[in-house]
Amino acid sequence: MTFISNLINGISLGSVYAIIALGYTMVYGIAKMLNFAHGDVIMVGAYISFCATTYLNLPPVVSVLLAMAVCTVLGVVIEGLAYKPLRKASSLAVLITAIGVSYFLQNVALLIWGSAPKTFSSIVPLDSIALFGGKLIITVESIVTVVACILIMILLTLFTKKTRMGKGMRAVSEDKDAAELMGINVNVSISVTFAIGSALAAIAGVLLCSAYPVLVPTTGSMPGIKAFTAAVFGGIGSIPGAMVGGILLGIIEIFSKSYISTALSDAIVFAVLIVVLLVKPTGILGKKIMEKV
Amino acid sequence: MKRNFKITSMVMAAAMALTCLAGCGTSNQGSTGSTSEGTSAPIKIGGIGPITGGAAIYGQAVKNAAEMAVEEINAKGGLQFELKFEDDENDAEKSVNAYNNLKDWGMQISLGTVTTQPCIAVSTEINADRIFALTPSASSTDVIGGQPDKNGNVTIQRKDNMFQMCFTDPNQGVASAQYIKTQNLGTKIAVIYNNSDAYSTGIYQKFQTKADELGLNVVCVKTFTDDSANDFTAQLNEIKAAGADLVFLPIYYTPASLILSQANKMQYAPKFFGVDGMDGILTLDNFDTALAEGVMLLTPFTADAEDELTKNFVAKYKEKYNETPNQFAADAYDCVYVIYNACLKEGIDASMSASDICEKLIAAFTADDFTFDGLTGTGMKWSESGEVSKEPKGMVIKDGVYVGM
Repeated sequence: MTFISNLINGISLGSVYAIIALGYTMVYGIAKMLNFAHGDVIMVGAYISFCATTYLNLPPVVSVLLAMAVCTVLGVVIEGLAYKPLRKASSLAVLITAIGVSYFLQNVALLIWGSAPKTFSSIVPLDSIALFGGKLIITVESIVTVVACILIMILLTLFTKKTRMGKGMRAVSEDKDAAELMGINVNVSISVTFAIGSALAAIAGVLLCSAYPVLVPTTGSMPGIKAFTAAVFGGIGSIPGAMVGGILLGIIEIFSKSYISTALSDAIVFAVLIVVLLVKPTGILGKKIMEKV
Repeated sequence: MKRNFKITSMVMAAAMALTCLAGCGTSNQGSTGSTSEGTSAPIKIGGIGPITGGAAIYGQAVKNAAEMAVEEINAKGGLQFELKFEDDENDAEKSVNAYNNLKDWGMQISLGTVTTQPCIAVSTEINADRIFALTPSASSTDVIGGQPDKNGNVTIQRKDNMFQMCFTDPNQGVASAQYIKTQNLGTKIAVIYNNSDAYSTGIYQKFQTKADELGLNVVCVKTFTDDSANDFTAQLNEIKAAGADLVFLPIYYTPASLILSQANKMQYAPKFFGVDGMDGILTLDNFDTALAEGVMLLTPFTADAEDELTKNFVAKYKEKYNETPNQFAADAYDCVYVIYNACLKEGIDASMSASDICEKLIAAFTADDFTFDGLTGTGMKWSESGEVSKEPKGMVIKDGVYVGM
């Protein structure tokens, strides 16, 4: 029973990683940049939701929508102010800017909300479900997280496959210049990608803090790094890859904590990443990209 | 248009740089002056602790109570103190910077630092600079030095001018094991500790040794690190499977609050037993205190004690800072008063150099006839090892407040 319980916890933790990883993977796929500020957008989303429920007494669902709205605007603004001017610059310059934005967000949060930890109230304040006479306990948060992850994955796949905008985004990710010649507005596509990624970050922030209810300005950084790992693990640029990578990472983390060593769990997670990348350099579901000569 | 973008990005970069500086800068430099007329110049006391960051509750409490004690002493006339408190965000490097700032300011007596890890770093400097220090709450033996490790070797030499107001980590570990044994609190005991933290690891090791000695049944020991202090479901699952009925948590209150909340969601309700790091859990912003119901901890101070000294202190603190003082506040208040007593005894005044004051205070603290009755104990004495001797009290959280066991 402990095994099943660990498995469920792993899938639940992995689902959060997967939702965050989507933000990394979509931005990378389309803008070919690593948005290291993504983890901090999660933190902002969680704080917005926290303030909405605690100080304004708004219902949880409204607080999530509000957090999504704020993060969407934030994502588009960050892209427009910090990344867009550097579109023709070297990728290293963009990477450094992203790290700068990450610190900027953390310090702004420190100034606004202070550094004392806040206890996040769960958005689904229901009792856990007990199965097999109390031997197996499933928290409502883990169910909501997994369901949200699957829903997001389906909607996102439909969006990129069926809608005009989604098709445009895929075209931009394949070949930016050719897409532009075909009449696709590259700038709008990239902005929309940031908007979607940041809205997902808000959801991830709320789900993360519902399961692990301590909120500080650095809440997003470690999950952000893990989710980035998950994105690389699953194959960066691939939407199903982010999901597979995230969930596998969550399961590996919880299992190594339970069965090998709590102290070494992070080391094991990253060791697995190295092994996967050695065997399959593009990640589990990553496409092999032929360099055009 | 392009130019505009350049300007905006430059403004952004400048703003980023500024906020980084704002974040790193010492944001709290409270200074409680003493300018009552007709009295001599004040002795400069420096304090360091986390005013911001994850351990901010401790630093705030120490700062508030120390300021309160200094104001009371200054109001008496006679010997005057001036207190300056610097923020270290519970970070060793920032703590040393804060210490250097205080030294530049002309600090004559130090209140050490509030938390353990920074204090280990700062105490080395303090020892070299010959400034007397009495830390309210940094509890590792590495702070005072001179204690043998488990192989009997002394790896850190005794820093003869470092003294502690709180119990040392080994004392907390030993006292916890003894308390659990004598009160018969648990038959199967589990431990979760932070193995990336000297404080937590120190308490755990002594607890384990003492538990083995006393024949306590420790069934499961799990760890976490500062980077993985989020998900405790794996640890709790193991502990639950091992059938533990008491979980010993020698950790700070932030991860402890996560453990309590996740255990509650798992419908796992063992007894939880904490140490002084657990103090503060009830004042955590938006924390559901029902989760901490029944949590036990060892602490030398309780705000609901009936003696006159505690009642006055608690009432005054509540009025001034609008919250119930915790153990750290009481330790800090005692620190200032015991330094005051020692200064009076040795006839110390502000004209003396820090090193002269240091030698006199070491002599005062280690003297046989020097005892102190304060909030955190009566008849407290210090030995040359720098440790304090006093009795811990067992507390349990009932309806959101500490009650004596």
